[in-house]
Amino acid sequence: MRTKAETLLAQTDRRLLSGREYRGVSRIDGPLVYMRNTHAVGFGELVEILAPDGSHRSGQVLDTSDDVVVVQVFEGTDGLTLPATGMRFMGEPLTLGVSEQMLGRVMNGLGKSRDGSGTVQGFTQREVNGEPINPTAREYPRDFIQTGISVIDGMTTLIQGQKLPIFSGNGLDHNQLAAQIARQAKVRGSSGDFCIVFAAMGVKYDVARFFIDSFEETGVLDNVALFLSLADDPSIERTITPKTALTLAEYLAFDKGKQVLVIMTDMTNYCESLREIGTMRGEIPSRKGYPGYLYSNLAEIYERSGKISGRSGSITQLPILSMPNDDISHPVPDLTGYITEGQIVFERGMQARGIYPPINCLPSLSRLMKDGIGEGMTRADHPHLANQLFASYSHVKDVQNLASVIGEEELTTLDQQYLEFGSFFEKKFVNQGFDEDRSIEQTLDLGWEALSKLPSEELQRLTDEEIAQYYGK
Amino acid sequence: MKERIIGRVKRVNGPILIVKDIKDAMMMELVRIGEQQLVGEVVKLYDGLATVQVYEDATGICPGDNVYGSGMSLSVELAPGLIGTIYDGIQRPLEQLMAASGAFISRGLTFDAVNHQKRWSFTPLIETGATVTAGQILGTVQETSRIEHRILVPVHIKSAVVSEIVEAGEYTIEDILATVVLSNGHQEQICMLQRWPIRLPRPVDKRLALKQPLITGLRVIDTLFPLAKGGTVAIPGGFGTGKTMTQHSIAQWCDADIIVYIGCGERGNEMTDVLKEFPLLIDPRTGHSLMERTILIANTSNMPVSAREASIYTGITMAEYYRDQGYHVAIMADSTSRWAEALRELSGRMEEMPAEEGFPAYLPTRIAQFYERAGFMKTLSGNSGSVSIIGAVSPPGGDFSEPVTQHTKRFVRCFWGLDRQLASSRHYPAISWLESYSEYLGDVKQWWNDHSDGTWYQSRQKIMDLLQKEVRLQQIVKLVGPDALPDTQNFILEVCSLFKTAFLQQNAFDEVDRFCSVEKQVKMLSVILAYYEKGLEAITKGVPMVKIRRLKAVQEMARMRLTVKGDELETIDRLQLRLERSIDQIGGIYEN
Repeated sequence: MRTKAETLLAQTDRRLLSGREYRGVSRIDGPLVYMRNTHAVGFGELVEILAPDGSHRSGQVLDTSDDVVVVQVFEGTDGLTLPATGMRFMGEPLTLGVSEQMLGRVMNGLGKSRDGSGTVQGFTQREVNGEPINPTAREYPRDFIQTGISVIDGMTTLIQGQKLPIFSGNGLDHNQLAAQIARQAKVRGSSGDFCIVFAAMGVKYDVARFFIDSFEETGVLDNVALFLSLADDPSIERTITPKTALTLAEYLAFDKGKQVLVIMTDMTNYCESLREIGTMRGEIPSRKGYPGYLYSNLAEIYERSGKISGRSGSITQLPILSMPNDDISHPVPDLTGYITEGQIVFERGMQARGIYPPINCLPSLSRLMKDGIGEGMTRADHPHLANQLFASYSHVKDVQNLASVIGEEELTTLDQQYLEFGSFFEKKFVNQGFDEDRSIEQTLDLGWEALSKLPSEELQRLTDEEIAQYYGK
Repeated sequence: MKERIIGRVKRVNGPILIVKDIKDAMMMELVRIGEQQLVGEVVKLYDGLATVQVYEDATGICPGDNVYGSGMSLSVELAPGLIGTIYDGIQRPLEQLMAASGAFISRGLTFDAVNHQKRWSFTPLIETGATVTAGQILGTVQETSRIEHRILVPVHIKSAVVSEIVEAGEYTIEDILATVVLSNGHQEQICMLQRWPIRLPRPVDKRLALKQPLITGLRVIDTLFPLAKGGTVAIPGGFGTGKTMTQHSIAQWCDADIIVYIGCGERGNEMTDVLKEFPLLIDPRTGHSLMERTILIANTSNMPVSAREASIYTGITMAEYYRDQGYHVAIMADSTSRWAEALRELSGRMEEMPAEEGFPAYLPTRIAQFYERAGFMKTLSGNSGSVSIIGAVSPPGGDFSEPVTQHTKRFVRCFWGLDRQLASSRHYPAISWLESYSEYLGDVKQWWNDHSDGTWYQSRQKIMDLLQKEVRLQQIVKLVGPDALPDTQNFILEVCSLFKTAFLQQNAFDEVDRFCSVEKQVKMLSVILAYYEKGLEAITKGVPMVKIRRLKAVQEMARMRLTVKGDELETIDRLQLRLERSIDQIGGIYEN
């Protein structure tokens, strides 16, 4: 057993040894590099990889033991050789230099410049993995964000500090919606310092272009920090992209007091990269080959949102994920739904009917809505109105099923009124233009207009006073 | 404790460490790792090696770091001061963590779970010379305005004579309250503070039969699928079906003396909601703040996974401690699936052979061990106390055939299945009346009948019968439309629809509706059944159903859950009279 002095000596050794260069690795396997005979390397340490061509790449220690260290290389292992690859263990965890100058810049997944306008200046070093927010330090989010989109504001209200993902599918309009929210989102009655952190994981070049153009057109680009890890970049880089983006977001929100909206697309690609590494390391897979720690891993990303009491900033997350084969029970949307505070679910059928945004409000949900709407926040009738719209629209679906069996003519008058309500609701309330910015009052009035297609006895979730005030007006 | 080195780190793989040079480490020993003093626990010993599970983020641990032993198992502190505190999964008070490290939780921090300096007013109940046995009450401390904390003789003292006991007065939890002499002549000193290893159930005298229901104030639960005090129940449901809301409601309004709420791998904002909301809520039974009976454990999803695994045991050990004092304790575990997933994650890291869906083969054993710690017990001191467990289950994809739901179903006796369809139409609580069941019906039948003039069991049977009939009728309606049914059958649909909106649905945010007393439930059920029976009678006489449906009393019935306050229950009696009279009237017209 070592004495105290020896322990101290070992620690000093380690400090001195960090930064020392080793050459020659024992195994390269996908994004993973194995190296033997190093000094004692800490778990999660930052690693600099010196490629044979003289370029530098960065990596992180995934597994460390007496005899071998496993490093994942974020920029990929193309071009590395066994004897000529060098490594430097930095003796500290992966950090990101953050600063307000990063707004307006386009960076790669590690926060390095991608727009050709010089190195990105980061003055404060922050650990990329972050630390969990103490639940007692959190402030419960209750400030309503007006997105100007009726179905979101009215039915699944977004709250400042919330994490509300969009569950979409390939070919659906989720990018347009995210861009529209980024453009229109505001907290009414406050001129808060608003900015956007955008993280793209494995998305196509066109999609990234679309977002940049859309930010440029509306002149908000100076208030956006973009972290792009595109489809043809090494897949391993995607596993770090959301973390770097959130590290900057935390700095902007909790140090600089800004209201940060974080858009992350596409989370499914992120999870697939995790699966890739997991399989490569021979880990025991759980559902559909995804690693068993996927839930904890996603939680470490999604939980980095919210508000802290005593600080003015906030982080609101809007992750976008595509459901493979439109399957909401696929592990990625499923685990996400268990962590996030609700979800916005797209429906292919609605898009086919020409409805934008194609949001099916029945499976959609905003968990924080209950405390952010109503008297003094949106309007006193909002909670009951939303409740009634949900109940009535859900009945519309039953009636539609019945109508497909017995034909519309055979329906009772009441059921036909329901069909009329359903059609108005979808075409007038849900449907709106890309540039249409509706105030919450307009949204709620539209909701009442839809309900006026139904007889007032059917509106059991509204109080008599509310019906007297708004019904049929 | 820093001096006893049990070994050195050999390998780090996330939260699992392999430690070498092991000589005298104990199984399940609490250890500290490296100079950062991270908390860990020995889970395996073999060939001079140990597997250690780390309760904090492992970043920075190096091979070669020292591992320090503590000589004891992972334990919790039991003493006055637990109530009203919020802990992480290994009983560190989160407010003190915040004071020490700010809004974000740093690593390697240690705190006492309860304040060791605070003075409590202790009143002895035993005199010098008395013989005491394990679990006997030594004296009392008023912990909160509603909870009298009873100081127990530690379990390891089987029988002893009190040689010295302090007078009533103010003492800290470490001050010695009594000295006892064991039968072998050894002296032992007793203070308020005791420690208990979390994975070991606290002993009791014997288990008693379950007879009293745990009243939750939720109608669908109390009336249709009651839970007994000391019972176990699982609430499975996909995301967004309202597990957490149901748990919150029960935690707020159920008639247990003490609530232990375990947020195990759940959302940070939700825990904050509980934290901010509970102190403001007033218990309708005692008029005191709900926080005065609540212990919270918050190990949110982004906090370390090993601590999530431990949080369930930390919670139930504190619950058992209050049970031993003679209280009825209810535990909400939200969610046990996250706990099972923590087991899976750790088992995967230890490279164990997986069974179903990657879960370890010992999953059912662990689930059973947890739920079996519930029960209605005769405590060592001869009082009775109970621990009821209400465990949420989050099945992936809402599919109840997955291992955690299936194994949990084997070990609980009550099942409240949440239905996505109901949740989508905002029918809350979305507890499915077709899928749920309760095996406690027979156990609590007597109690309920005593509180409902003997009608409860039969009324429940009647309404369940109608709900079953409705399912068959709905199938016909789907094929041929409602007009094809005769009015007598259409009326069943009508009554069930009313029962769903007026009785089963409950609004957790409505001042009146969120808690429904036993008396109100009985009366509400009675008026709805009267509506069915009287209405059916009238219809067979030839009254068209529409006439009955349009009665003003029927409209009032639909809103009685919101309009009738707890102290004006005669309104429902009057409503029933009026209803019966007006149906009779219409019936009279058609008879002639």
